[in-house]
Amino acid sequence: MGTITIDGRKVEFTDEKNVLSIIRKAGIDIPTLCYHSELSTFGACRLCTVEDNRGRMFASCSEEPRDGMEIYTNTGKLKKYRKMIIELLLAAHCRDCTTCVKSGDCDLQALALRFGVTEVRFKNYREEKPLDLSSPSIIRDPNKCILCGNCVRVCSELQGVGALGFAHRGSDAMVMPAFDREISTTECVNCGQCRVFCPTGAISIKDDKEAVWDALADPNVRVVAQIAPSVRVAVGDAFGLPKGKSTMGKIVSVLHRMGFDEVYDTNFSADLTIMEESAEFLDRVKNGGKLPLLTSCCPAWVKFVGDQFEEFKDNVSTCRSPQGMLSAVVKEYFRDPANGGDKKTVMVSFMPCTAKKMEAKRPNSRTEGEQDTDYVITTTELVQMIKTTGIDFADLESEASDIPFGLGSGGGVIFGVTGGVTEAVIRRLTEGHDKATLDRIAECGVRQSGDDDFIREFSIPYGGMDVKICVVSGLANARTVMEQVRSGEKEYHLIEVMACRRGCVMGGGQPRLKGLKAKTARTTGIYNADNISVIKKCDENPTVIALYEGFLKGKEHKLLHNEEFCSS
Amino acid sequence: MLDQSYYRKTDEIIEHYGRKAGSLIPIMQDIQAEYRYLPGELLTYVAKEIGIKEAKAYSVATFYENFSFEAKGKYVIKVCDGTACHVRKSTPVLEALWKELGLSKKKHTTDDMMFTVETVSCLGACGLAPTMMVNEDVYPSMTPEKALAVIEELRGKG
Repeated sequence: MGTITIDGRKVEFTDEKNVLSIIRKAGIDIPTLCYHSELSTFGACRLCTVEDNRGRMFASCSEEPRDGMEIYTNTGKLKKYRKMIIELLLAAHCRDCTTCVKSGDCDLQALALRFGVTEVRFKNYREEKPLDLSSPSIIRDPNKCILCGNCVRVCSELQGVGALGFAHRGSDAMVMPAFDREISTTECVNCGQCRVFCPTGAISIKDDKEAVWDALADPNVRVVAQIAPSVRVAVGDAFGLPKGKSTMGKIVSVLHRMGFDEVYDTNFSADLTIMEESAEFLDRVKNGGKLPLLTSCCPAWVKFVGDQFEEFKDNVSTCRSPQGMLSAVVKEYFRDPANGGDKKTVMVSFMPCTAKKMEAKRPNSRTEGEQDTDYVITTTELVQMIKTTGIDFADLESEASDIPFGLGSGGGVIFGVTGGVTEAVIRRLTEGHDKATLDRIAECGVRQSGDDDFIREFSIPYGGMDVKICVVSGLANARTVMEQVRSGEKEYHLIEVMACRRGCVMGGGQPRLKGLKAKTARTTGIYNADNISVIKKCDENPTVIALYEGFLKGKEHKLLHNEEFCSS
Repeated sequence: MLDQSYYRKTDEIIEHYGRKAGSLIPIMQDIQAEYRYLPGELLTYVAKEIGIKEAKAYSVATFYENFSFEAKGKYVIKVCDGTACHVRKSTPVLEALWKELGLSKKKHTTDDMMFTVETVSCLGACGLAPTMMVNEDVYPSMTPEKALAVIEELRGKG
């Protein structure tokens, strides 16, 4: 508690842990490359340096606020230093900005522009390093790394994986997996959070756009799209629409214009997931199957279980993910000559997630020897695709997704936020769909608060028993929970884990966002999409019922379940 | 694949220092003292046993010049290239050794595993510059000729 003077103005502070947050609270966007409030303070980039009334300079991110402090954020000396820091960072950086995948979204580039760094006087003496192209999800380009350590900290602190670390020292220092192994051979779960926190092009999404354009240009191919819940709340802001607003209708419309033959909604197969997963859960409870049941929708979490908690692999639900289910169902549907003729179907899935690219290539993501999902395009890539077409997205008229796999319930769309899967399961297991019932479910403990770092435990009564549930945000928290389950300290019937904090809305393939408000907007957007959906429960979705009574009959296991556990 | 005896020895060392993150450096030092290098497989093993991430252990091991993942020769020759030795012409000494042994900046150890040549930043014996060490022995005031004579002598010993 106290007051500090920033550039001559008094600013009150309460429990801010560093001077930087007070400066930002005062409306000054002090530059940083290595500071994120969710991560430990690293103090590497020195851009947030400020000067006090005695001329002392210090990094505001690593300074505790003290009552009566007097600091300056924009003195002549500071401006000169910041410009110099940027110039030095650029000196040891691959500066192919015009052709860099991160161009326009690069924090380093933005700061160079902001501080007017128009020339770099120093030669880049760093030896050129090869790219790591081994992962299906991300690309690592060490030549663009500025050693801010964000990826290292996010991987170990938020995700509890720790696949990346610093190696060597001084001018030889680099970020790499142990022994400079290819990232695909490590415990990397493909969540892509490193790429979200990377300020430059050093970690980027593995791009699959070209293959999709090729398929769209081929008249002999039927190109089918599916759109995941979280994608719809993360596209609009790139085109000047409000953050977090669902633009599903416009996305469907723009995909039709790009030439997609059918555009389906992953909410539909999220409904299938709940039908199957609820049934599996009840079956395990009644027949003494392995409990707790671990959700299987999130491929990064599934890989985490395989790598770190292998003895629990049979606890993972056998259900395919919504992506996997829809692709398998669509491919099967068009295999029938009555529906498809002899055109080949190419399934493109639009996902908020880099790990889905890995899931699509998993050996168990195949039916009748064919890969179910041909290409996974992240929301970030989708935005780039839309920009390529030049279509005025903001002004597009909405279109509905196509039948028979275009209708999903509100229980499907909330898969986009951590807790959504569980809430949809509870809806399925609860009689009635009136507002009071749904409100009661929403308040049973499953919904998010503003915070994104949580392990949420609660129980609901069902069939004379107390069903103990745990909903986990982020893999570091998942590790804590699983260690407690392993030691017998905690017992649950159901554990839902979404690898990325807040859930898929903040997935590793989503356009990068800054600020709590923007993140909360995506969560709100998902709940709003649920609020306006007419059908709230999967078992009341008429297209789901029709599918079960129709062509899915007898094929439930083949199309909706994994034959065996595969983590990657 | 390392022989099981390596893992048994490592287990002993781990037990000695305790299964905690803080034991990493002393454990690595003891392994290196035992085998004259730090086998990568053992670093991976130690990380798992003391509960730290392999990437973190690798980070520590590569930070310090002292740790080496390469098996070293029977004779480890350290040519000092600190400021004092450098100005008193340590570079020709180093180059003479490299040429004689067929080594380079990238290749440190002879194929017959007899000699390893590396540079160090200071041996703390600047008065004896240029200085060289062979295992634990210090060789003062080196010249290329004297260095080659040392090699001949060591070869004679086998």
